[in-house]
Amino acid sequence: MSTKPFRPDVDAPEYKGKYVPYDIIKEGTIAIIVVGLLVVLLATLFGSPDERAITVKAWSNADPIDFATTALGELNGSTVTAKYGAPYNTAAPGQNLGPLRLAQFAGVTIPVNTVRDFVINPLSSLPYDKPLSAALTEWKSASASQQKSWVSNYTAGASKMTWSNGQINVPATNAGPVPELINKLTSMARSGALDQALVTGGGFYTTNYTKPLLFVADGTYLANLAQKQHLLGSQWGMMNETGSYPGQAWLWLYTFWYQVPPFNSSSNADVQVSALMGLLSILLLLLPFIPGLRSIPRKVKVYRLIWREHYSA
Amino acid sequence: MSTAEIERQWTTRLRKRATGHLPPEKLLPDTQPAYVSSWIYVFGVTTLAALMLVILSGIILAIRGPQWWHSSSIGHFVNSTHLWSVEIFFFAMIVHLWGKFFMAAWRGGRSLTWVTGVVTFLASVGTAFTGYVSQTNFDSQWISTQAKDGINATGAGSIFNVLNLGQMLMWHIVLLPLAAVLLTTIHVLMVRVKGVVPPFEEQNGATK
Repeated sequence: MSTKPFRPDVDAPEYKGKYVPYDIIKEGTIAIIVVGLLVVLLATLFGSPDERAITVKAWSNADPIDFATTALGELNGSTVTAKYGAPYNTAAPGQNLGPLRLAQFAGVTIPVNTVRDFVINPLSSLPYDKPLSAALTEWKSASASQQKSWVSNYTAGASKMTWSNGQINVPATNAGPVPELINKLTSMARSGALDQALVTGGGFYTTNYTKPLLFVADGTYLANLAQKQHLLGSQWGMMNETGSYPGQAWLWLYTFWYQVPPFNSSSNADVQVSALMGLLSILLLLLPFIPGLRSIPRKVKVYRLIWREHYSA
Repeated sequence: MSTAEIERQWTTRLRKRATGHLPPEKLLPDTQPAYVSSWIYVFGVTTLAALMLVILSGIILAIRGPQWWHSSSIGHFVNSTHLWSVEIFFFAMIVHLWGKFFMAAWRGGRSLTWVTGVVTFLASVGTAFTGYVSQTNFDSQWISTQAKDGINATGAGSIFNVLNLGQMLMWHIVLLPLAAVLLTTIHVLMVRVKGVVPPFEEQNGATK
């Protein structure tokens, strides 16, 4: 009768050596006590970060021009959200992995119309104000091409935007109701009312902050604060958090790929890095079944350090 | 009721199968092979101890709700213990994983033990991530608005919306911890069933 040959990277030799006393309950108890004390010590010494969330109110008061420029971007379709594609809209095909456009395939499941959701609907929720009401009526009754023309004319002068006497000023002609819309939205934001309107746009109860977060992220205020905290992608920000805390250090490899070619200059970096990390995770998962890779431990012999007492016996 | 009838019962069969695979002396052993004597073995039990503290601190935070820790010094301290037990958990788990790699701990019919360990690691990464985006502070604003691009690009963003606090919090405190704890339990039981992998057998300095 033939027996299967012994495969050193798959099979384990039968252990015929001695056994020693082992108190698993005592070991577990000691581990919990030691780790618990270490946790309490670290928590006492270092605490944990808790930078307050920024609000649209704080943003628009700190930098009204950035806010108004972003609001204009939501109208003229130049912000990240307006140009995003799936799952928010159909403005772009999204990133591709070779021939695959995975986001586009999954479709628009969280619809966001930046003009309606970030500008017109919040303004429409304000108490009656004659100039604003007239501006909204003018906007809503205009054709799409007319709206586009007004926004284009306003955008043409937006590089000379100023903030004075509580007003956004842009040297623009034939901009229709756009100056009134931008000014009232900026006032609304500075009062704090826009924060509330963006959150409760879907009703009284909500735990979904998709719209306010997208709007805030479209401006530069959030990113500027993040840069000061070393949180940008180019600063390995994916694994960092505010302050000098370890953050998600276990994401170092995921973050690493964004820092090196070809990913650091690829317009499809997100899907490419995700695919690469998915592949590496599968390799790690299936390591015991992959000839060559599963032989590495036997060949590098680190195990001799781990079991040095066994081998010296 | 006849003995044969009792033997055919699902409950009887399950008990016999369970105790056959994992008799009490294997589940709670009082001896172990002499080769299990290295500091590297400490990191498995350290991971488990840290996981228990993660869960305990998480339960305390859950009792008072997701925003309690912003306004209470006690809440902030509990959050700090939650953070540091997570950091220790990941540190210990990654050292444990590398240790098991260098031992080729999948040998001798232990490949599924390795697989469950890796899946537990991946589930833990997801659990921690959803925690970071559920903090309701600047970190969660920034992390969620950046992470959305990576997740949306894969198409997963169509159902897994990192900007939806309620959804992320549910994943963080219900779905993923349930998966991580279940996987950890299976992983530990597999270790108990199969035992700790023995050293490579060497003859004249070469592995056999």
